[in-house]
Amino acid sequence: MAAYPITPQASLSEILSRYVEGGELKAEYVRVEGEHSAMTVCISASTVGARVFTATSSNGLLYMHEQLHWAAGSRLPIVMCCVNRGVGAPWSIFNDQQDSVSQRDTGWIQIYCRDNQEIIDTIIQAYRIAEQVYIPVMVCYDGFVLSHTMMPVHIPDHEQVRRFLPPYKPHTILSPEDPRTINSVLFPWRRENPQGVLCDGYMEMRYKLQAAFETARTVIADTNRAFAESFGRDHGGLIWTYMTDDAELVMTGMGSIAAEAVAATDMLRAEGIKAGVVGIRVFRPFPKDDVVRAFSRAHAILAFEKAISYGYEGALCSDLKAALYGTGVNAPIHNYVAGLGGRDVKPRELAEAGRNAVALLEGQTMKNETRWLNCYTG
Amino acid sequence: MMHEVIWHGRGGQGVVLAAQILAESAYIQGFRGVTSAPTFGPERRGAPLTASTRISDEPIRTVSQIERADIAVVLDPTVMGIVDIFGRLKEGGVVIINTPHTADELSINGCFTVATVDASGIARQQRLMVAGAPVVNTPMLGAFARATGLVALNCFEKGLKKKMPADRAVSNFAAVAAAYDRTVITPKEERD
Repeated sequence: MAAYPITPQASLSEILSRYVEGGELKAEYVRVEGEHSAMTVCISASTVGARVFTATSSNGLLYMHEQLHWAAGSRLPIVMCCVNRGVGAPWSIFNDQQDSVSQRDTGWIQIYCRDNQEIIDTIIQAYRIAEQVYIPVMVCYDGFVLSHTMMPVHIPDHEQVRRFLPPYKPHTILSPEDPRTINSVLFPWRRENPQGVLCDGYMEMRYKLQAAFETARTVIADTNRAFAESFGRDHGGLIWTYMTDDAELVMTGMGSIAAEAVAATDMLRAEGIKAGVVGIRVFRPFPKDDVVRAFSRAHAILAFEKAISYGYEGALCSDLKAALYGTGVNAPIHNYVAGLGGRDVKPRELAEAGRNAVALLEGQTMKNETRWLNCYTG
Repeated sequence: MMHEVIWHGRGGQGVVLAAQILAESAYIQGFRGVTSAPTFGPERRGAPLTASTRISDEPIRTVSQIERADIAVVLDPTVMGIVDIFGRLKEGGVVIINTPHTADELSINGCFTVATVDASGIARQQRLMVAGAPVVNTPMLGAFARATGLVALNCFEKGLKKKMPADRAVSNFAAVAAAYDRTVITPKEERD
């Protein structure tokens, strides 16, 4: 375990270090001078066969950026929590998801949690997923709104966890008895190794990482199913749904904003509007087939996002549109950027956006524009 | 049904801990949904701050901030002139104030039930002091129990034990029980 404290991750790293110091957690806690080093320690420790953990937020995650690519390229099953926080400048310690969403293409699996029970359960699942597909997993949850809100959580039984997640047995362990060169320079072409075996080039290794992501979809869904069988809690595999069976208006988002959409759905249903929620639990690998199924009957879709891809729209909205392209799902998709820098997102605001989307269904042409929820300039 | 509580006080008075103990005790009482949250962001000793507790029969889905609470608890009466406590309280709601004064003396306008208790006085009497200041957060839990009837005293006793060492839980519970006995409730109909 190696971590550098940053708000709102700090309480997590502090309590874990206390567990280590008190002997409750059999781990070595490596103190580092920054997040780049924290990830480097995790990469090194994982390479010699350790199960590793780190956590960060915001600019700390961005400081790791180069090593995030390195961890994924090295195919190390590292698990990290990203306690989502807005990115400076200007400084904000408050929640949004610009930090992890902007790291979408670093080769990490990203899972977004909607409540505190899902966080603890997902971390256990994350190791089982990472150690099967050899892809690092980022478990993301909203800073302050989840990290600093106390709620009842069932702590899974230790023996039950060990049965679900046996000790890590790496396929390769770097050791002085078996010296190897790892991640040396590769050329644009394939090459024979000293034993005369034709080996993958850089491009083949990139292809294999992408192929592992394709496999990861099944592994994530299977892991969730196995977890639900063992522990009796089903958080959804790649996505989760709420009242979507007959929903005409389907709201979607990642993390706690999707939980707020569930509360908004209850409000809209009470008014007779057939609303529902598709929670995007896994952002990478993108649940392309799941979203096509989940949105197939939608008349209107609202994508709420706590991040923006500057110069276009929310990244989730773009990915959603790409997944639905050519599938016959032609419902208008309304994109909302919401809750940046900790601006509170309330169920009544999401419900109001839902009512507007319903009103727009009556004979209005769909405009491809992103709205900013509860944001007033000038 | 959901009950939303906002705690008002100053940094260092245990506002956040009180919100947590209430959530813990309400869970022991049998409420399925309980959450507690501090004011998100940095906190400074002595500066006005709030914390919140939600209590519900059903699991709670929202983690958004409470706009207007059903119940406001004021640990420090000196924040009343600084913070808009009643602007964040629903009409017909309950406000529970740590004060040696009566509801009439406080001249509160608006349609609220007012509960008063001298939590600072109780803490001083029982020598429940930290760094020279009376501990007011736990006695206010007793006033909460009396004014709302939502959580029984024995649940607070168990809740305290989960949040602090046993000896401190005993001394704090004595203050909770005393505050329960001495809380004066003035329903909104009886105020002019």
